[in-house]
Amino acid sequence: MARIIVVTSGKGGVGKTTTSASLAAGLARRGHKTAVIDFDVGLRNLDLIMGCERRVVYDFVNVINAEATLNQALIRDKHVTDLYVLPASQTREKEALTQDGVERVLDELAAMDFDYVVCDSPAGIEHGARMALYFADEAVIVTNPEVSSVRDSDRILGILQSRSRRAERGDEPIREHLLITRYNPTRVAEGQMLGLEDIIELLAIPSIGVIPECASVLEASNAGRPVIIEEQSTAGQAYADAVARLLGEERPLRFIDVHKPGFFKRLFGGTP
Amino acid sequence: MSLFDYFRAKPKPSANLAKERLQVVIAHQRAQRGGPDYLPMLKQDLLAVIRKYVEISEDDVQVQFDHQGDCDVLELNVVLPER
Repeated sequence: MARIIVVTSGKGGVGKTTTSASLAAGLARRGHKTAVIDFDVGLRNLDLIMGCERRVVYDFVNVINAEATLNQALIRDKHVTDLYVLPASQTREKEALTQDGVERVLDELAAMDFDYVVCDSPAGIEHGARMALYFADEAVIVTNPEVSSVRDSDRILGILQSRSRRAERGDEPIREHLLITRYNPTRVAEGQMLGLEDIIELLAIPSIGVIPECASVLEASNAGRPVIIEEQSTAGQAYADAVARLLGEERPLRFIDVHKPGFFKRLFGGTP
Repeated sequence: MSLFDYFRAKPKPSANLAKERLQVVIAHQRAQRGGPDYLPMLKQDLLAVIRKYVEISEDDVQVQFDHQGDCDVLELNVVLPER
């Protein structure tokens, strides 16, 4: 049975697609056959982040409308084995994602022996976002240490708890995981940015990781590689830790403390 | 950071302010959670009806939705102004 994980946030631009790409790649690298689906119909971007934009022939909506088979639409990842991408349609209306259609695709992926299906949600709380979360078993709520992102994460938590299939059926609730991205420990230490304890307290859900602000995220996206495969980068390592925690392993948090510059560095400057 | 930055005035910490504001707004959001979608509209209608007779502010009408056993309970609190 495939485990369905939605990556969601409410707010746009917080790192959902970056996170979907890295979590999916990380799960596949740990030996789990994984598919990652772009639910952002009309604004497809996961293909770019995964570096497979030139290999898109068929998309999610083609499969739902039976214009292509799932096998035809799934793109095998170049970097990681056992990883497949199902791109969003660039032209259709969001309503093309019907609940029945999404369910059929997810069932078919399960029948193809996928262990994990990562659903990359669009921003907002409208149809596309609701379809992305409806069938989820787990949810990764991507949050920036910033007021509008935290508020929107709380909104999306409310929707997860009332509008998902698990909620409607009265099944065991979706397992919620907080993932804080673009975290800057120096600014937190200076009192300029919400700290991870504050965000955890406000949202009242357990954290699965903290991804520090890191130049490698942009660089990896420029090259079309999930940042998790950049093993030297702090963001890549933080994502690898998050994947391990998603798989139930205990990992201490890294990259959340400030490294105080030495006296001479403070005196004469230098890049922090 | 250089020597000059060291003496420069530090910006005032603002994270606490963010947290306090979020505590209020999230508590408010959660109070509405789980209730039917029509609650905000119901509240506006109630306000309009009451305002036909007496002037009250938006905060003077509290609409709470609760579950008690098998029952859904709609709790309505209206604070009238002092005469």
